[in-house]
Amino acid sequence: MTTESLAVRTDTPVRTPIGKTRRGGRRLLRQGAGRQHHAGPLAYVLLAVMAILSIFPLYWTMVAASTDNTRVSQTPPPFLPGPNLFSNLARAWDEAAMGKAMINSLIVAGVIALSTVLFATLAGFAFAKLRFKGRNALLMLVIGTMLVPPQLGVVPLFMMMSELGWSQQLPAVIFPTLVSAVGVFFMRQYLSEALPDELVEAGRVDGAHSLRIFWSIVLPIARPAMAVLFMITFVQAWNDFFWPFVVLDMSNPTVPVALTQLSAGYVRDQSLIMAGALLGTLPLLAMFIVFGRQIVGGIMAGAVKG
Amino acid sequence: MATSTPKALAGEERPSPSPKSGGQGTGRSRRSALLHRLDVKGAPYTFVAPFFVIFAAFSFYPLVYTSWISLHRVELATLDSMTWLGLDNYIALWNDSRFWNALQNTITIGIISTVPQLLMALGLAHLLNYKMRNSLFFRVASLVPYATSVGAAALVFTMLFERDFGMINWGLGLVGLGPVDWEANKWPAQLAISTIVIWRWTGYNALLYLAGMQAIPAERYEAASIDGASRWKQFTHVTVPGIRSTIVFTIVLSTIGATQLFGEPLIFGQGPNGVTGGADNQYQTLGLLLYEEGWNNYQMGRAAAIAWAMFLLLVLVFVVQRMIARLRSRTS
Repeated sequence: MTTESLAVRTDTPVRTPIGKTRRGGRRLLRQGAGRQHHAGPLAYVLLAVMAILSIFPLYWTMVAASTDNTRVSQTPPPFLPGPNLFSNLARAWDEAAMGKAMINSLIVAGVIALSTVLFATLAGFAFAKLRFKGRNALLMLVIGTMLVPPQLGVVPLFMMMSELGWSQQLPAVIFPTLVSAVGVFFMRQYLSEALPDELVEAGRVDGAHSLRIFWSIVLPIARPAMAVLFMITFVQAWNDFFWPFVVLDMSNPTVPVALTQLSAGYVRDQSLIMAGALLGTLPLLAMFIVFGRQIVGGIMAGAVKG
Repeated sequence: MATSTPKALAGEERPSPSPKSGGQGTGRSRRSALLHRLDVKGAPYTFVAPFFVIFAAFSFYPLVYTSWISLHRVELATLDSMTWLGLDNYIALWNDSRFWNALQNTITIGIISTVPQLLMALGLAHLLNYKMRNSLFFRVASLVPYATSVGAAALVFTMLFERDFGMINWGLGLVGLGPVDWEANKWPAQLAISTIVIWRWTGYNALLYLAGMQAIPAERYEAASIDGASRWKQFTHVTVPGIRSTIVFTIVLSTIGATQLFGEPLIFGQGPNGVTGGADNQYQTLGLLLYEEGWNNYQMGRAAAIAWAMFLLLVLVFVVQRMIARLRSRTS
């Protein structure tokens, strides 16, 4: 893992991955490097096929959710939406406790994303711009923890949660994911590039203490990256399945946990199941349609390069 | 790691009054100088502390404690009473055919989901790297599956792979092939589960590769084309080596993901009852077996032993991967 590949020319106005133009800054995404042949017709065709494969299952979820169970089970299967979308959505909303699940997921993903962003920005700033003993060792530790699969601690974690009396409660889902090593690394990479050393220095000379420097110098500069990290973390926390499934039950589920309830019945009502799947995906899809560019840029900026 | 932090940040340059200067404000200045030193020395640790404290409490400690639990009999109903068993859980696991079956399934599903996924991601990234109109649309579109939860994705694919009315069997019928019972047979079931994994993660990996590709200096391509390298040669000799560390990173991430595969086979097996991974455990993964032992059979000690087996499997994969990499660099 090197940082060289992130550092580029500093003369031209450039775009940060977040989509803001800065003069004299260094950009994380280079449009000039890499292979930049123009796409031929074949590339367009292949990409169109990929796009269809990516989107079709979601489109078909919507189709299936808008028909009824008998229509879904006919051959050939339906390809166009039917008339029952809203009645199925309403039924799924009731039967899978979707209202409660959505509020739970909103709380869980919101709190996790907020705290991940806050702590990652604090630690990322320290790793990028402050000098302290053991900095490199600690940073390697952060990177090392990325490679430790969290699920391996699931048994003791479950025991801890029941001891704390948090079983079946949201804190049990929230606390283990309050911080993220990937987030710390991401913010460190961003701040090393985007935050000029002179600014921090100037703050010191003016006699500002570290927290004040963080508040009035770092935060405004980090904001675009924080927004991206927030969205990425939110998506992950919203979709997280294994641990919520273990520690929550159907009386108090998150969305992914509630969805398993739909397929558990003896009579499988496919339209109903698809309506539930659609409900669980809609909030994130909406976010993608609005912030697609930022999320794509953020994932690419966080990638290991070179 | 770059160590470019300027000296000024250590705080020495700050115009602090010398203690010997005397006068009225000395006491206060001295105190503020002390506070300042404390701040400069202490603040970095305070800033990184939340991460390490929370990580230690909820990730590292459980990880270590897992090994202690795995040496005990612990039942779900009586979590606070632990009976020492020594290695009994591991021995029982070794003699349990379900464990070997789950291990084998985890490996095969891992391979047939990870290998095509990363190869396709590489190709997709290459396409996305072309200069073109609508490039943002294609990037966002390829990332849409990533926004879908395991729950929703697995539900949809379970339906597409349905035996009697599923769209995939219908499509196979169109081209003259007989219907496949995707759920009941081992390889079709594993293939179907892999499809869900591949669908969800290909675009995400492609974006990581694309980021790496864009960091490759254009001069390398120029040099290659001056040497008369074809586009394919450029791809294999410039692009792929240029993103080597990204490729290693994605291999590590998808191996970790594959070892713990849980949601896809669970939901493919029709909801919470799917922990057995099919009637003959034909697609039960280690993740499912861990859940079955712990939360269906109430044997938390056994579940912890399975967690350790998963960890060992990961370590083994990485050791083998390192050895292959070393052998290859020696032969070339």
